[in-house]
Amino acid sequence: MAELNIDIAGLKLKNPVMTASGTFGFGVEFDDFFDLNSLGGFVVKGTTLHPRQGNAYPRMAETPSGMLNAVGLQNGGVKYFAENIYPRLLVYNTNILVNVSGSTVEEYIACAEQINELDHIAGIELNISCPNVKEGGMAFGTSCPAAEAVVKAVRKVYNKPLMVKLSPNVTDITEIALAVEASGADSISLINTILAMAIHAESRKPVLSTVTGGLSGPAVKPIALRMVWQVSKSVKVPVIGMGGIMNATDAIEFFLAGASAIQVGTANFIDPMASQHIIAGINNYLDRHNFKSIKEIIGGLQL
Amino acid sequence: MQNLKVVSNQRLNKDHALLELKSEVLLEGILPGQFANILVDKSQNVFLRRPFSIFQVDYKCNSIFILIKGIGGGTRALSKSLVGETLSVIFPLGRGYTFPEKKSKVLLVGGGVGIAPLMLLATMLKQSNHQIEILLGARTGEDLVELGNFAKYGTVHTTTEDGSHGTKGFVTNHALFGDELKSFDRIYTCGPEPMMKAVARLAYQNDVDCEVSLENTMACGYGVCLCCVTETTGGHRCVCTDGPVFDIKQLKWQN
Repeated sequence: MAELNIDIAGLKLKNPVMTASGTFGFGVEFDDFFDLNSLGGFVVKGTTLHPRQGNAYPRMAETPSGMLNAVGLQNGGVKYFAENIYPRLLVYNTNILVNVSGSTVEEYIACAEQINELDHIAGIELNISCPNVKEGGMAFGTSCPAAEAVVKAVRKVYNKPLMVKLSPNVTDITEIALAVEASGADSISLINTILAMAIHAESRKPVLSTVTGGLSGPAVKPIALRMVWQVSKSVKVPVIGMGGIMNATDAIEFFLAGASAIQVGTANFIDPMASQHIIAGINNYLDRHNFKSIKEIIGGLQL
Repeated sequence: MQNLKVVSNQRLNKDHALLELKSEVLLEGILPGQFANILVDKSQNVFLRRPFSIFQVDYKCNSIFILIKGIGGGTRALSKSLVGETLSVIFPLGRGYTFPEKKSKVLLVGGGVGIAPLMLLATMLKQSNHQIEILLGARTGEDLVELGNFAKYGTVHTTTEDGSHGTKGFVTNHALFGDELKSFDRIYTCGPEPMMKAVARLAYQNDVDCEVSLENTMACGYGVCLCCVTETTGGHRCVCTDGPVFDIKQLKWQN
């Protein structure tokens, strides 16, 4: 058995497999399916300073090899999380990150300050890439000055590992990656969903209530791989890759492209055990190729 | 999550099939209205699972029955499942219909393939000796399935849009929705949303309790994607975990 453990800028992962925000609830929903402690970590649902009802139904459209969502960060707010969800997470012995989003820099700061008080939360994944909210969200992740401003501001109030989740909806992902690295990000996760839409031809109406939504699933994997490869070559901080990872082979491709860890997202909807199969499959791959550690394949693309 | 073996696949008419799926794990306590989320063969280019009401449970054979109407690629593929093949199924999911505490007169109203959760419901209501009337609506007489089995549990009435079976029109055109409606203690319904809204409106007007089973499109089925929400008096709630069955008092359907 090869070694799977890896350190990501202060996060000690027992293996490089995490589950992605918005696809894993608060983790507790998966208790019936498997032991959450088997994960390198998990990222809980996007949390904002104030409660959000999210967008109107319909919020989902199935597409070829993927799906669109337009949930719009429905959540009970950080106070609700701290009082009602956090106590239930204390039993887990794995890295739990909170995905933090906001409409203004001030909201990001206030939310991060409250997460900072929660000892059992290993880090924040700063969401500057949600395509489904009217204000903030992706707007912070699609311009360098805006990304710098929000990362710097949160960095000042949050002293644990800060992962920043990038939007793929940009012309040059490396510019944003370099900007957030220079602003104090400990690591960078990518990609969030790709802005997309679906139309119902018979009714001549959009499928989603919001017209546009975020595309995820295997359809986005080649784009995600390309962006992880570009970003990992540009920055020094560790990169956490995600986008359409359905199985261990997909995960291996992300490590080869330069990811130090991966997140399993949409696959959780189809197979709640997906992350477990992926951990086993990574082990199998490393053994089969006589690698002693996952570290040996990170950025190991043979050009 | 289990791999269930297809032990029979009965074709009921041109687009309805009834699958019997056998479990290796002892089945217990499945409630009417709960559903099963079934993975479709990947070669069909269907990405997400498809949710189906649990139609009937045979505890002796340790199997569940799923009524499928072939509508899109996923449902058509599943309706053609072969005996002996296995299907990945997550079940039972969601909250089912609730039962009256005292002996009651109840009306079950199903439209189209929305009759699916009502068979198990009728079975269990009959076990508790409630008085059961069953009203089933469809486009044509050919689209009405399983009438004989429903008749084991209560008096069956039908409506069809073309008048080929029972009363002509929608379920709400049936005489049961006239003066007699007030005599029911509770209405249970499942079917197309406009039908359920019409049933709910008459239930509100006549002050009869009513439970509906919703079918919003969902990605996961277990409360983590937050895609299948419906508006309730308590805000957006997931149909998969807070439902699919809701008391109409929880829904904002009065208008």
